[in-house]
Amino acid sequence: MGGRSPGGVQPTTYAGAMRFSVLVETRPRAGVADPEGATIERSLPALGFDGVSNVRVGKAFRFTLQASDLDAAEAEVGDMCRRFLTNSVIEDATITVTAEQAEPAEAAR
Amino acid sequence: MAALVGVVVFPGSNCELDVLEAVRRLGGEARLIWHADRSVGDVDAVVLPGGFAHGDYLRPGAIAGFSPVMDAVRKFAGDGGPVVGICNGFQVLCESGLLPGALQKNRGLKFLCRPTQLRTEAGNTPLTASVEPGTVVTIPINHFEGNYTCSSETLAELREEDRVVFRYVENPNGSMDDIAGICSSGRNVVGLMPHPERASHLLLGSTDGALLLRSLLTTAGG
Repeated sequence: MGGRSPGGVQPTTYAGAMRFSVLVETRPRAGVADPEGATIERSLPALGFDGVSNVRVGKAFRFTLQASDLDAAEAEVGDMCRRFLTNSVIEDATITVTAEQAEPAEAAR
Repeated sequence: MAALVGVVVFPGSNCELDVLEAVRRLGGEARLIWHADRSVGDVDAVVLPGGFAHGDYLRPGAIAGFSPVMDAVRKFAGDGGPVVGICNGFQVLCESGLLPGALQKNRGLKFLCRPTQLRTEAGNTPLTASVEPGTVVTIPINHFEGNYTCSSETLAELREEDRVVFRYVENPNGSMDDIAGICSSGRNVVGLMPHPERASHLLLGSTDGALLLRSLLTTAGG
């Protein structure tokens, strides 16, 4: 946890660490029933949207992660998914990790 | 001596007092255990009650699976102690790996709150030790995510090892193989979506749940 300053919570920074923006998308695994997706799929034609199939409803998690490099960041997010963010019995996840632009010495807040 | 049942309270649990009351009416002793405790104390059985632990955030039971008390529950179960998860408690047991499979949204996306008929499929569990297999009991469900699912390998294992404890007579939620409740390979951990404590007094419309809770007290006190 970062220390608190009057302006709010300050992000912790490690020397040499890079910042990555992370997107984790989860959806029901292939073969697992998706009642929410099925209901939406059945409703779309009533609004005139024909030809829609394979609707799968999932979640998206977006966050910033500090790690030494891209490999370390991806490994950590993978571990996070396995242990917490997804339930592998019913969900699959797609992980997208992107290095954030190095920030020029940010003005102290 | 009467069996002592520990009922775990997570932030968001809401059936703990009903379980306490039902157990006491049946002659058992019961006490609440806060989820942040690292021990379950000297209880003879543990019940994870229904409700919405941690607001059902992320997935029902996902965050509760990491509550400090769950290490103690895991150890208690590992030592053969009877553990029963009811509704949200069943979800917690699945999320924490004490039972296989997962509970997803009901087929039809309806929150279901009504009596259901269950066929007792397996004896020899803490909830069914004194119930004849084949016995049909009427016990209410109250859930949105009670649609049991697992891999085909797990399902085959559950069937082979006689670990499907309860099946719905009429499947209300899309559960695989009509499953309403299962047990661990050691048979001492049982999870079920229906609420036996809500069918434990004539005023509640059915006393069939008392049959199951009495089994638990007998197993725990033995």
